[in-house]
Amino acid sequence: MSTAAVSLRGIGMSFGAHRVLDGVDLDIAAGEVLALLGANGAGKSTLIKVLSGVHPGHDGTIAVAGTEQRMDSPLRARRAGIATVHQRVHDGVVPGLTVAENLAFDDLAHPARRGPSSVLLRRREVMAAARTAVEVLGLDWSDAVLRRDVAELGISDAQLLVLARALVHRPRLLVLDEPTSALSAAEAERLFTVVRAQREAGLAVLYVSHRLGEVDALADRAVVLRDGRVTSDSRAPFRWDVVLPAMLGERAAAHPVGADGIGPPPREALPPGEVAVRLRGVRLLPRSPALDLDLHAGQVTGVVGLLGAGKSELAHGLFGSASWAGGTAELDGRPHAPRSPAAAVRAGVHLVPEDRAGQALLPGWSIARTLSLPFLGELSRGGVVDRSTEGARGRSAVDRFGVVTRSEHTDVGELSGGNQQKVVVGRWLVPGVRVLLLDEPFRGVDLGARRDIGGHARDAARAGAAVVVLSADVDEVLEVADRVLVLVDGAVTLDAPVSGVPRETVVAAFSATSPGGTPS
Amino acid sequence: MTSSATTPTTTPAPPGAGSRVSPGLDRARELLVRYGFIAVTIALIGWFLLSEPNFRTSDNLYGLLVYAAPTAIAGLGVTIAMTVGGLDLSVGAAAGFAVSLAAWTMVVQNQVGGVAIGVVLLGGAVIGLVNAALVVWARIPDLLATLTTMFAVMGLKLVLVDGKSISSRMTLDDGTTAPGRFTEGFLWLARGDIGPVPVPAVLLALVAVAVWFLLERTRHGRLLYAVGANAEAARLAGVPVGLYRSAAYVLSGVLASVAGLLLAARIGQGDVSAGNSLLLDAVAVALVGTSVLGRNVPNAWGTVLGAVLVSVMVVGFSMKGLPYYVQDVAKGAVLLAALLFSYTLSRRRTALPGQPAAGGAE
Ligand SMILES: Nc1ncnc2c1ncn2[C@@H]1O[C@H](COP(=O)(O)OP(=O)(O)OP(=O)(O)O)[C@@H](O)[C@H]1O
Ligand SMILES: [Mg+2]
Repeated sequence: MSTAAVSLRGIGMSFGAHRVLDGVDLDIAAGEVLALLGANGAGKSTLIKVLSGVHPGHDGTIAVAGTEQRMDSPLRARRAGIATVHQRVHDGVVPGLTVAENLAFDDLAHPARRGPSSVLLRRREVMAAARTAVEVLGLDWSDAVLRRDVAELGISDAQLLVLARALVHRPRLLVLDEPTSALSAAEAERLFTVVRAQREAGLAVLYVSHRLGEVDALADRAVVLRDGRVTSDSRAPFRWDVVLPAMLGERAAAHPVGADGIGPPPREALPPGEVAVRLRGVRLLPRSPALDLDLHAGQVTGVVGLLGAGKSELAHGLFGSASWAGGTAELDGRPHAPRSPAAAVRAGVHLVPEDRAGQALLPGWSIARTLSLPFLGELSRGGVVDRSTEGARGRSAVDRFGVVTRSEHTDVGELSGGNQQKVVVGRWLVPGVRVLLLDEPFRGVDLGARRDIGGHARDAARAGAAVVVLSADVDEVLEVADRVLVLVDGAVTLDAPVSGVPRETVVAAFSATSPGGTPS
Repeated sequence: MTSSATTPTTTPAPPGAGSRVSPGLDRARELLVRYGFIAVTIALIGWFLLSEPNFRTSDNLYGLLVYAAPTAIAGLGVTIAMTVGGLDLSVGAAAGFAVSLAAWTMVVQNQVGGVAIGVVLLGGAVIGLVNAALVVWARIPDLLATLTTMFAVMGLKLVLVDGKSISSRMTLDDGTTAPGRFTEGFLWLARGDIGPVPVPAVLLALVAVAVWFLLERTRHGRLLYAVGANAEAARLAGVPVGLYRSAAYVLSGVLASVAGLLLAARIGQGDVSAGNSLLLDAVAVALVGTSVLGRNVPNAWGTVLGAVLVSVMVVGFSMKGLPYYVQDVAKGAVLLAALLFSYTLSRRRTALPGQPAAGGAE
C-alpha cells in the first residue's frame, strides 16, 4: 500500500501531570483491520479520542490520505473521513429521538443542503436516510422498529445503530472502541461480517478489544500500547506469547495461559456445596416456562445466554430490583422475596449490574465513595460517616483489584473503562457475601483483570458464597465457572459441570434458537 | 496486578512537546474556578467598607446576615431538593403561606407565638409532602409538580386570609376586632438579640451548620447526593430512592416555612405579598452556591455564601443610592459570573440537577 489511510506522528496527550500518550507513531493502511491492544488505562481510548477530535490539545500530527489535518472538533474529524464509535455506547445515541432520527442524525444536525428545505424535518426523508443506513449493516429492522424511541433499544442494538450511523458517510477510517464488549458471540459475528465487507471495500479499521479470540478472527495487524507508548506491532497470525508480555509487562507472568495461548490453564473444579438458592416455578420472562433451579454454595455457576434470554431477569429477581412473572425463591431454606435491593443486601445477596455507566457509577463520585455506598450503614456511627475507615477500605480495594489510579479519592469518571469496571465489581466482592450475582462482570476489562476478577469470584465461592456469573460470552463463563447453565428464552437448555462438557456442546445449546436482529 | 501498574508513568515531555495549555494557566484557572467567587465577594465587601462609613458599623454587618437569613434558609431548602436531582419552585409560595398562616394563627385564632410556629412548620412539612407525593408517587417531573404546588399554595393562602393582609387588632368581616396580635415572643424571632448577635443571624448559622452536617457528614446526606447523581445506580446500591426524594422535599418545605417565620416577624403583620420575591432569590442563591468552591454540586456553604453576597450587594448598593432595579441587574451579573465559573471555566463538564453528567474517560 502506497500512502497510509491515516498516519499519526508523535502523538502525545497529558491530563495535568499525567502523561497518558507519549510519542505514538502509527500508520493505518486502507483495507487493513488494525487491532489496538493494551491493558486497562494504557491510553487506547485516549488515542482514539485524539483521532476523533475530542482532545484537540494533543501533541503531534495526524494525516489523512497524506494530507495533514487538525482534528480540533468531532465534526472536523468526521469531515476528514474518520468515523468513530466510542466505548460508551450511550454517548452515541441521542435520547428522545426515534431510531430513524438517530440514524439520520448527522444529516439533521449538519444538512448537506442549505436553504429552507434543510430546516424542515421531513419524516419521509428521515425514514429513507435511516433505511439506507440500516442496509449498509444488513440489519433487518422494520419500519416499526425505526419509529421507536431509541431508549427502547437494548445495548447491543444501540451499538449497531451507532455503527450504522458511523458508516453512512463512507469514512476512510472506522474507529471502534470495544464494540463487542456488550455483544454476544453471534451479534459480534454479525458485526465482524460488516467490518470484513467494509475492509474489502478499502476501509481502514482501527479496532480496540480485550477479546483476543476476536482479534485472531478479525485483525490483520495488532499494535500494543503500554503506558502510552507502542510496545509491539505484529501481523497475523499473532503470537500471543509475545504480544501478552508487551501488553501486561511483568504482570503477564502472573497470568499463565493454556494450550490455545489465550485462555487460562486448566484448574481444579469446586464441588457443589449445600443449596443456597432454590427457585421453584420461576418464570423469568412473561411467556417462558416455569423454572426449577438450585444454586449451590461453594462454587461458581456460569449462566450463558443472549441478551433477552432472561439472565438479567434472573439476577434482578434475586436482588429485589425487579420481579419475575411468577414463582418463588428460597435462600438457605427460608423464603426469599426481597422487596428492594436494600432488603436483598441485608440478606447477603449482592448484584453487579451489567451496565456500569447507567446502573453503577455516580458522576463526580470518587472511587472510595462509590465503593462504600451500599455499606454506609456499617461505615457510620450515629449516622455520621467514618471517612477514615471509608478511605482505608477504598485504598485496600484499589490495591486488591489493581485499579490504575493515583488515589482512592480520584473521580471514577477519570478512570479508564476497564478500571471503572474493577471498581464496580470490587464494590460487591466483600467478605460475608452469601449470593454474589455478577452480570457481565468482564465487560471491558483487560486479560489480566479478567483473570483477577475471575480469581476473586472463585475465592468468594471457596469462602462459601454461591457465585453466579452471567454472560453472553461462552469462553468467559467456561473460564470461571464450575457449573454451566445455558439459558435460551428463559428456559435452561443445558445444565452441566464445566469439567464434563466440551465447549462445542455449550455453543450448540446456546445457539439453539437464532439470535434475531430486531430489538426485543 | 502489581503495584508497578498502579502508578501511572509520568515521563517528562520532550522539549517543545508540552501540552498546549501550560500548567501555570491551568492552575490559575483552577484557582479561579475554586476561589473566584469568594474573591469577588471579599472585594465587594472591601470596596463598601472603604467607601461607605455606614457599611462599617457592626450593626450593619449583622444586618447583612439578618437580611440574608430568609433567602439563605429558603435557599438551603432548595439546595437539599437539588441534591436529589430535583428543584423546588414552591419555596416562595411556602414562605408566603407561612407568613399568612402565622398571622392568622396568632391574630384570628388568638394563639401564642409558639403555637403559630408549630402550625407553620407543620404546614411547611405538608407542602413538602404534597410535592413528594406528586414527584415520587405520581411521577410528575419536579419542575411541573412544584410549579403546580406553588400556584395551589398561593391560592390557598388567599383563601385562608380572604385575600387580605392580617395585622394585630385588625377589624374582622363581622365588624369585631380581631382577638389576637403578633406576640412579643414571635417578634423576637426577627427583632431580638442573643448577646450582641441578632436572632435571625443565629438562626441562619444554626440551620446552615445543620444542613452542612446533614449533607456532608452523615450517611443520609451521602444517600441524598447518590440519588441526585444517578438514581438507578443508587437504587441498585440499596438506597431507598423514593424515601430520600420525599425527605428532601419535606425538608425543603420546612425550611421555606422557617424563612416565612422570619419574614412574618420582621414585617410584624401577615402581608399577603410577602415571600413573592423569595422564590427567585432562593433558587438563584442555591444555583450560585453550586459553583462556589468549584464543587459543582449543590452545597450548604455555597448557598449561604451566595445569599450573603446578594445581601452585601443589596445593602451596599442602597447605601450608594442605586435604585432597586439597578440592583436586580447586579444580581443578574453575579449569577452570570457564578455560572461562568462553574460551566465555562471549569474543566469538569457539569450537569444540571437531574441530568447525568457527561465526560469521563473510558
Ligand atoms: N479526562 C481525563 N482526565 C484525567 N485522566 C484521564 C482522562 N481520560 C483518561 N485519563 C487517564 O488516562 C489513562 C488512559 O485512559 P484510557 O481511557 O485511554 O485507557 P484505555 O486504554 O482505553 O483503557 P480501557 O481498556 O480500560 O478502556 C487512564 O489512566 C485514565 O485514568
Ligand atoms: Mg478504553
